[in-house]
Amino acid sequence: MEILVCIKRVPDNEENEIELNSAGNDIDRDDLVYSVNEWDNYAVEEAIQIVDNVGGSVTVVSIGDEEVDEVLRREMAMGAEKGIMLTDDAFEGSDGKGIATILKGVVEKGNYDLIMTGAQADEGYAQIGGMLAAMMDVPFASLVNKIEVGDKTLKIGREIEGGNQEMNEIDLPCVLSIQTGINEPRYVGIRGIRKVASVEIPEFGASDLGIDAGTIGEAAAKVKRVDYFMPDLGDGAEMLEGSTEEIIDKLIEILKANGGLS
Amino acid sequence: MEHLISPAKYIIFGFLPGWLLSILFVVVGVGTFTYIMAKRIAPMIKAAPDNSRFDRIPDRIIQTIKVWLLQIRQPRYMLAGVLHILVFFGFLTLFLRTNSLVVIGISENFALPGLSPDQFLGKIYNILKDYAATIVFFACIVAAIRRGIFKPARYAVPEKYGHDHTAEAVFVLAIIMGLMTTESLFEAAAVASGHEIFLAPLTLAWFFSKVLHNASHGMLQSIHVISYFAHDFLFFFFLCFLPLGKHFHVITSIFNVIFMRVQRGNIKPVMYGVSEEGLDDLESFGVKKLEDYTWKHMLDFYSCADCGRCSDQCPANLVGRPLSPRFITIKARDLMFKNYPLTGPMLKSEPLMETIYEPDEIWSCTTCGACEQECPLGIEYIDKIVDLRRGMVDEGDVPQTLQKPLKALGKRGNPWGKMEKKRADWAKDKEFAEECTVKLVEKGETAETLYFVDSISSYDDRMMDIAKASSKVLTASGVDFCILGKQEKDSGNEVIRFGEEMLFQDLKGNNVDAIKESGVKNIVTADPHAYNALKNDYPELDLPIEHISQVITKSVKSGQLKLKPVEDSSKTYTYHDPCYLGRHNELYDDPREAIDAIPGIKRVEMLKNKDRSLCCSGGGLMLFYEPEEEERMAALRVRMADEAGANVIVTACPFCLVNIEDAIKVAGFEGQIEAIELAELIETHIIK
Repeated sequence: MEILVCIKRVPDNEENEIELNSAGNDIDRDDLVYSVNEWDNYAVEEAIQIVDNVGGSVTVVSIGDEEVDEVLRREMAMGAEKGIMLTDDAFEGSDGKGIATILKGVVEKGNYDLIMTGAQADEGYAQIGGMLAAMMDVPFASLVNKIEVGDKTLKIGREIEGGNQEMNEIDLPCVLSIQTGINEPRYVGIRGIRKVASVEIPEFGASDLGIDAGTIGEAAAKVKRVDYFMPDLGDGAEMLEGSTEEIIDKLIEILKANGGLS
Repeated sequence: MEHLISPAKYIIFGFLPGWLLSILFVVVGVGTFTYIMAKRIAPMIKAAPDNSRFDRIPDRIIQTIKVWLLQIRQPRYMLAGVLHILVFFGFLTLFLRTNSLVVIGISENFALPGLSPDQFLGKIYNILKDYAATIVFFACIVAAIRRGIFKPARYAVPEKYGHDHTAEAVFVLAIIMGLMTTESLFEAAAVASGHEIFLAPLTLAWFFSKVLHNASHGMLQSIHVISYFAHDFLFFFFLCFLPLGKHFHVITSIFNVIFMRVQRGNIKPVMYGVSEEGLDDLESFGVKKLEDYTWKHMLDFYSCADCGRCSDQCPANLVGRPLSPRFITIKARDLMFKNYPLTGPMLKSEPLMETIYEPDEIWSCTTCGACEQECPLGIEYIDKIVDLRRGMVDEGDVPQTLQKPLKALGKRGNPWGKMEKKRADWAKDKEFAEECTVKLVEKGETAETLYFVDSISSYDDRMMDIAKASSKVLTASGVDFCILGKQEKDSGNEVIRFGEEMLFQDLKGNNVDAIKESGVKNIVTADPHAYNALKNDYPELDLPIEHISQVITKSVKSGQLKLKPVEDSSKTYTYHDPCYLGRHNELYDDPREAIDAIPGIKRVEMLKNKDRSLCCSGGGLMLFYEPEEEERMAALRVRMADEAGANVIVTACPFCLVNIEDAIKVAGFEGQIEAIELAELIETHIIK
């Protein structure tokens, strides 16, 4: 099976202390470390496991500048055979639909049976998978947490709010957005990344993909971020301050005072 | 009475000369033994190289004398140890006799040069060997009763690890007793028939000669010849039986001890003979299949006597983690026997993981070193565990709980993923900064001494107190010191031990560069894990390194550091040895002397102390691993402190402090027992 996994490079929310920048329209990006979006990593692991079982190959694709090279290689170190970098000044400022348009371009250049995305990105909108499927006119399933490969179909499990499980059959080709927990992604060490350091990663721009530059980028974006801030503390919210011990003591005090602890 | 005919001259069944039968025994026995040994050596030839075992010859000789010849590790288990020493020295004594006895069956008057019965040395030797045989015989009886009837718990084989080994053990004891009996009967029959051989009183042979005193000549002749050939048979049977099981150590132990580790604390390179720069070219990392082990590690497997001391001391085994070092060895040996059979083709090597080993088993090890400290044969475990982990890391098979801290170490240089620029924030704490100034290399300051703080004392709210206390102790000791701040990265002691070699190389490279650039002349640390890594795993770093406890004792002795009487003299203190200070680096006395330097302090020892200290459950990445276990190691340790009558546990390691402080709560000793770190204890007693 030929599988394309769309991945995104995001600030790592575990190794960063996210703060607003001075302009107040974005997070402060100095001193940030980036990694592959967690959901996407699960998608790549799932794709590799499918290929291990039924054969084929996994391709990872990411949109961005030189910096996405790092996450593409990381996923290739996991076992993705090919990487594709989509880079063009025209891509900058694209909204979700713009991103889906770009990805559709790369999907059409290949011959993929299955396209995967993460269910969402750390700083994303959980919209690309669905849009991409609609544009390509193929079936789509979101929040997939189980995949069994059949003949021209997949049996997929979806996580339902409240912890219930749903099983569906879906025709190939299709787009799936993958939920975390579907597998246990393998570890990628520095050694693995170095092994793929010299693998050629092709780069495509808008013209390579046959995309009309007018349909993407900032100019075409119909959704624009206008503000970014940390919400003011509302009534009833209280930030406990002090050392860990003090915070714990205060919390216990509050819980006791309100009957949460007896 | 007429003299007996010797076995060599005796005609068996009326046609077979005894000498011919003896030659047949030698030919078949030695031939079979050689064949078996060749089969046993085969996997060692296919094994990974290890060129580190032929250096430091004087150290190796001393180690061999101590561990092999003098058996110094044996009495750590008193009864078994004494029995073993008796049998061992018995065997050494009887070695010459057994060899000459084989030849006597061919040429009746054979004696080794200088040892013929009419020579002085020969007379002495004959007395010695009679007592040796007797002592060995009775030691085997006691051992067999102990093994077969009392069955000490540490010999039990849990069901998942295969069949019980008691039968083999008792069988071998029976063979040894048979050898002693037949050798004695052979001689006793000759004496009883009138041969003038001196038998030492109260020996087995002496006793038999008295019993046979009135036996007929025919009877004595039969006993003489039959016991001789029975001895010959048992000897060659025993020789060929040794390489088939746990008694292989009778042959391999001397080699295993000669080649055992002489250096402490460090981890073996990924592949001997491959430099760090060459690592990228290696196809595979670590041990994934049997032949990835080094020849010495295979020799370890062959040499294991199955005494169970490693697992008896192993804290992971003690708390019910799925790890028993004894079976790391036994399972590998079983596999070697299976894959390299005595007859038939060698089997194809399968991955070790998920066949004979389970990942949780291999991740359960805290690398505390208790097993290696105990093994009377010098068998190593940590390097094997690390090599198996290297193999798993290379395959991407790392528990999710460890992936996050490893990733954070790669990105930020500490396992919590905290910002580099906040590494020295503890030193900027207002209250602390008013009392104590810490020079920062990142600000261009430098000093004679570097205080290497390491991650946990830099970032953990509680453990920052150790960094602060250590700084105050250093200042009071008159040490001019600085810290690296954001230029410091995790020492990586657990990174290398969890098998992430390349990440360790990165961290080490960063730290070595930063330390060299800072221009410091020596290093001090309060974190034993950092101490160990910098001392033993950073060969590029050619600077003296000390633990804070050494600085304290030196400063107290010189009079620079003055301590006031203990604040609360009603308390009883006990010292918990951190593995990476104690066992791995043999710093047992300095921390104790440092505590005792506080006037009026009362200190007791716990049941397990110094080189038998119980691991607190491990530091570094081990804090993140979630093992299956029945209880916490540190909880056992806290109870041990309670049993010793202590109410303050002093340790000299931030990780021990984390684990013990938690365990005090878990084990229900809150308010009764407290834990404190050495530098903290000293700092509160400084006379300013």
